This record gives sequence, C-alpha cells and structure tokens, in this order.
Amino acid sequence: MTNKITLNLITCRTIQQGVAMETGKTSQKYFDAASIIHMHEDDMKKAGIMANTNVRVTSKDGSVVVKAVRTREDLKPGDAHIPMGPWANSIVSAYTYSTGEPCFKGFPVEIESVPNEKIMGAVELVQTLCYGEERRPPARE
Amino acid sequence: MSKVITDVTCPFCGTLCDDLEITVSDDGKKIIDCQNACAIGSEKFLHVAKEGRVTRPRKRQPDGTYKEISYDEAIEYTAQMLAKAKKTLWYGWASTSCEAMAIGHKVAEKAGTIVDNCATVCHGSSLLAIQDVGVPSCTMGEIKNRADRVLFWGCNPAHAHPRHMSRYSIFPRGFFTTKGHKGRKIIVVDCRYTDTAKCADEFIQVDQSYDYEVLDAFRTVARGHPIPEVVGGVPREKIIKAVETLKEGRFGVIFFGMGLTHTLGRNHNIDIAINFTRDMNDFTKFSIVAMRGHWNVTGSGQVLSWQYGFPYCVDLTRRTHARYNPGETSSVDLLRRKEVDACICIASDIGAHFPIEATRHMASIPSVCIDPHINLTTEISDVHIPVALVGVEVEGCAYRMDNVPIACRKVVDPPEGILTDEELLERIYDRLCEIMGDA
Repeated sequence: MTNKITLNLITCRTIQQGVAMETGKTSQKYFDAASIIHMHEDDMKKAGIMANTNVRVTSKDGSVVVKAVRTREDLKPGDAHIPMGPWANSIVSAYTYSTGEPCFKGFPVEIESVPNEKIMGAVELVQTLCYGEERRPPARE
Repeated sequence: MSKVITDVTCPFCGTLCDDLEITVSDDGKKIIDCQNACAIGSEKFLHVAKEGRVTRPRKRQPDGTYKEISYDEAIEYTAQMLAKAKKTLWYGWASTSCEAMAIGHKVAEKAGTIVDNCATVCHGSSLLAIQDVGVPSCTMGEIKNRADRVLFWGCNPAHAHPRHMSRYSIFPRGFFTTKGHKGRKIIVVDCRYTDTAKCADEFIQVDQSYDYEVLDAFRTVARGHPIPEVVGGVPREKIIKAVETLKEGRFGVIFFGMGLTHTLGRNHNIDIAINFTRDMNDFTKFSIVAMRGHWNVTGSGQVLSWQYGFPYCVDLTRRTHARYNPGETSSVDLLRRKEVDACICIASDIGAHFPIEATRHMASIPSVCIDPHINLTTEISDVHIPVALVGVEVEGCAYRMDNVPIACRKVVDPPEGILTDEELLERIYDRLCEIMGDA
C-alpha cells in the first residue's frame, strides 16, 4: 500500500555530488550522487517507500523521479533533501521574492512510490524539460 | 622523470587551498598525482587528464546533434549574437580568473549586456545584507591564529569546503590557538545533523527556515532579555548555553552558508546574523565570514565592484551608466520573466543549477556556453566554446572567501590549439568592434 506524503524539501551540496560534478555532469557518478532524495526512515515507512527504490517528487513547479535513500546526515522527520543538480532544480521555483535568489530550500513537495518508473539521465532530463519529449531544439534563423 | 610542483592553488571552492603538490609528467603535459587536496580538488586536477575532452567549439545542428566548428566561426557567432540582441544576459564568471573577467566586462560594456555572477543563486542575499548593515569581518589567518569560538550557521564545510576545518576553523594550531581543536569551542546550527555538526561541541538543530527567529533569540539572550521556552524548535536552555559559551571566548567567528541565504527571509537572515556579531562585540571580539562557494565568485564581485560599483546583477544595457537592482537585473528573474533575448554562460552551469523555469527560457533563446568541459548548459546552448582550465592550465588571480587575492598557478599545458578565456574574450571584443563599426 503506497501513500503520498508531503514533506519540506531542501536542496544543497553533498561532497559526493561535488566530486561527481568534477568527474563530469554526464557521468554515472554524477547520476548516482544527485538523482536521489534523502528521507527520514519514519517518513519512508509512512509513505510505504522502500529504501533505494524510485519515487516521484512533485512540487507546484514540476515533478521528477529520483531514488529514495535513507538519510546519512540526519534529517528531522518531515524534511527531505535532494543534492543540488538538475533533478533538484526540476522542482525548485524560480520565484525570488525580488531578491534574485530562488527558493532552493524549504518548499513543500509530495512524494509517492513509483518503483517501476525510470530516472532520467541529466542531459535527457534537462533537454526533455526544455524542449519536450522529442528533445528537438528550437529552430534558429 | 616526473616533477613535483608545490604551492599550487586549488580552483574548486572559496577556501582556495594554496598548498597542493601536483606531480606532472616530464613533458609537462599530464597530471600524474595530486597531494594535499580534498576529494573534490583532486578530482578536478585528475579529471583534466581523462579522455574525451572537447577541444574545439561545437555548434548545434537543427537535429540537435553538435558539429565541430573553428574558433573563428564560434567567435563570429558570439559577436553577431551580441550585436543583434536587444538585451543579453552574461552569467557565470565564478570559475575564471579576474584578468579574464576584466576583458569580459569590456565586451559586455561594448555590447550593453547584463553581467551577473554565481552569487545571484548563492551569496547574493549576503551581499544585499552587507550593503544594508556592513560587515565586521576578518581574514582566515586571523581565525586560524586567534579564534577560540567558532559558530557554523547553515553551512556544511565537511561537504562543501572540505579542507576549511583543517586549514582555518577547527583543527589547526595557530599563534594564540596553540591547542588547536582542544582550545576551540565549536557550535553548529543547522536543520540537519551534518558531518560538520559531528565535529562540534554543541549541535543546535533548528527547524528548517526558522533561522531568523533563532538568531533573534540569540541576540535577545546576548542583551540579557528573556526568551520563550522554545524558539524555532530549539529549547531556551540550549540557546542560553550557546550564547554564554560564545561570550566567554576571546575571539569568536560566525561562518554562514546557504542555510541562511536560500531559506525564507534571505538577506534578513544575514542581516540579523551580522547584527548578532555586532552585539557580541560588546562582550568580546567577534567576526563573521560568508562561506563563498565557487573558488573565484568573490573575485567576480571584487572586479565588478571596482569597475562598476556593484558586486553582481550589473546592468550595462543603458551604456551610459551601470544599474543594479537584484530582483530586476538578476539572472533568474530576467530569465523567468523572459526579459532577455540572448544569453552567454561563462565558467558556470545554468542547466544544472538554475530552477527549470529559468533554464527553459535560456534554452529557447540564442545562447553560447564558454566552459572547459561538457556540462548541462553546453547541451542546451547553440554554441559551446571550450577553453583552457584556469588554475590548472592557465594562471590567474582569484579571491578567497575572506576577500584575499591569491595567485593560481599553471601546472600543465592546455591541449593544443585551445584558447584561454582571455584570448577568446579579446578576440570576441575585436570582432564586436568591427561589427559595430568603431574599432
């Protein structure tokens, strides 16, 4: 039985994401380091999410499939964390409250278990979100 | 025989470690080993030698594939784009040298673009607060040699600035801090029990986005007034104890990061952290330092400030004078409101690090990405111009997070035929002058 759960999401750097970024943003290492969501065990149980399975994270600005992992750096129940990168930024709002700074931390997301859905690669994800399913860039003169 | 180059500066984070030892092959073309760097720094140096690097500009074809073009063609495309566009956004700068920035700004001034750097999604809020209330700060050397009370607020150097703790803030022994870690009291305030918090004497877990309230409680306690039983999820006793610990020190410092700048309240969070620092100076010596992320994002702020008077979000489109209005002239807002009709991303990555709504507009307008490696912006740009890697293949000046300029060294030769940022920008400038008819 899977339920949806609403959590407060933050996005920020992890050292794994930092190292992988230098290896290359198209690398498997980057995919493994950034296409995940850290969750508290209690929240996983509540939503019927098994560790290391895929989940769909939805905010008012978008939706993305990532892998749910147990938090290493302990989060409070109710909070979740996606490392910075295209997966996190698929659901971050670009609204800046006139400060220039988007809201990278502290916005509500809905999380549901989708064990059979695929996580998109970094380039595939960005191109799909920018150009649509066919990933066809706009024509230039 | 290989040779070892000592005192190399690491071009990854704002800590700018300058004690790296890089072993290079005899012909000076390959990096063999990297000593003293953190996991991220050594990956940066060792990654250079890996196969598959793009060494010539690429232009996107209508079917979405990329075709190799010459530098001349790429420069022509960029200069024509700059000349034609009504309002160009030129974002990035944080991973190149100050010398390249100065040349880039010359081009930006000529074309009338907006120049913005990574502070816009990073410490922009801090810059706003510093302009409002000032900043009592100090250098890293002072912290290493004097600080016996260190407060990390909303930052996680164990992950984002891996050698910060061992070089400056927690572990090193200095002139007046001869006991090193044992002589210092470390307090970490964060919404997560981070790896940095695991090194702390006291960890205060604040409810996410309640930093302003807790900082306000710190100020109230420091001034001797009562506070509620629980503030932002933190019990009163914990706050009182932390403030007492800080007051007892001889030299205290606050490091703050994205935990304050990205959460609700933005610049007001920094504002009150600075004011708390000011309050603490009634009892002891106290300083505050922003944990700047990219290795030369501080440098971009410095160069823009001495050229135009503003550290980021500089609007040069009026051509007569520079304007500055974060919220209006900031990259994310400009892209979200679709106010720019061309974009250049240099030494940074919009595709990976901007909210998708902003990235989407960037992908829909003519765009050029100047970056040594393939990243997510290169894959949604019309033209990708690879350049030599500053701090590894090109020397240059960078500013550490405490605004101290440090020279970056060249350790290996760049791949043959590849241009440096400076050469590329100079050539774009020359071509732009020809097109605009006043060389």
